[in-house]
Amino acid sequence: MTNVLRRRRVVEILLQDRKGLLVVAGLGSTAWAISAVGDTPLNFPLWGGWGIAALIGLGLALAQPKRRVLVVTGDGEMLMGMGSLATIGVQRPPNLSVVVIDNERYGETGMQATHTASGVDLAKVAQACGFRAAKMVRSLTQVTALRRAIHATRGPVFAQVKVRAEKLPLVLPPRDGGLLKSRFRKALLGEGADLD
Amino acid sequence: MKEVDWPDQIFKTLKAAGVRQVGYVPDAGHKRLIELCLADRDMRSVVLSTEEEGIGLSAGAWLGGARSALLMQSSGVGNCINVLGMTRECRFPLLMLITMRGQKGEFNPWQVPMGQATGAALAAMGVVVHEANAPEAIAPTVDAAARLAFGSYQSVAVLISQAVIGIKSFQDQASR
Repeated sequence: MTNVLRRRRVVEILLQDRKGLLVVAGLGSTAWAISAVGDTPLNFPLWGGWGIAALIGLGLALAQPKRRVLVVTGDGEMLMGMGSLATIGVQRPPNLSVVVIDNERYGETGMQATHTASGVDLAKVAQACGFRAAKMVRSLTQVTALRRAIHATRGPVFAQVKVRAEKLPLVLPPRDGGLLKSRFRKALLGEGADLD
Repeated sequence: MKEVDWPDQIFKTLKAAGVRQVGYVPDAGHKRLIELCLADRDMRSVVLSTEEEGIGLSAGAWLGGARSALLMQSSGVGNCINVLGMTRECRFPLLMLITMRGQKGEFNPWQVPMGQATGAALAAMGVVVHEANAPEAIAPTVDAAARLAFGSYQSVAVLISQAVIGIKSFQDQASR
């Protein structure tokens, strides 16, 4: 089956009118994709820590039960931390969504095929792990529905969004980890975030 | 001499330090502490499928304004190495409580390489290592580690000596 969705368009739709959505993005094309929509303090784009994006989302969602949290990451990153889906499925945070933008490739290292290119179905894994909603997404209509689910559906929500494998111009967020952390906490917790 | 209930003391120390999330991969040495954390309604205890998940959990908790602690056995330290780079680069506070294997009187040779390398591996990634070698030293060491972690934004590991935990022997258990 040909994947027709375009990665940047998908992420743009998911982040439309994002309200107070807290966003963690995995290292690589998903970090560039959220930055292409607009770099903002409530984005936490990763430049390392490959394989643990979903768990950062879990810690954040448990700490902030009144906010919606979105982890957007790649298929390669999710495969490295596939046990995360079991850990999240056990905790069942209602405010967490994990969206895998699946181009079936390791995009930053020469476009080598990932397991999903051979049919590994992460949505079924997430479903089996206890996510309340877990879907394979292939159309723009489904992407729009997914955006609504991120804000309103009782989670945890999981989606594996099949996208075209393409190299796009990089849109880089700040690299300084301390800066990314501090600006996120200040925007979320207020000016006094680090004064206690 | 009265036996020191060090798991209970660690639990009280974590509560006093304001820890609200506890990630863990079980270890026999942490059995009692895990039970205490699970029973506490104000604490969220998260069982992990691998220790490195806990580094992410802890980072996310801090981004959301919550303090956390991470419980594991020394063998799990090796699973955390790369992602500790994120903790250091972002200066996330991190409090790891590690029960030691492969250290004193170990019967399982497969535990020895990681147990002997635990402190050096953590230090290589910029984690401050505090050793607790006697039951009465554990809670004060955890208290100091929590202050260093949350007050000074450091990664800190407390290594709880195998001399305190006791020596596991599957042969002994099998012969019973």
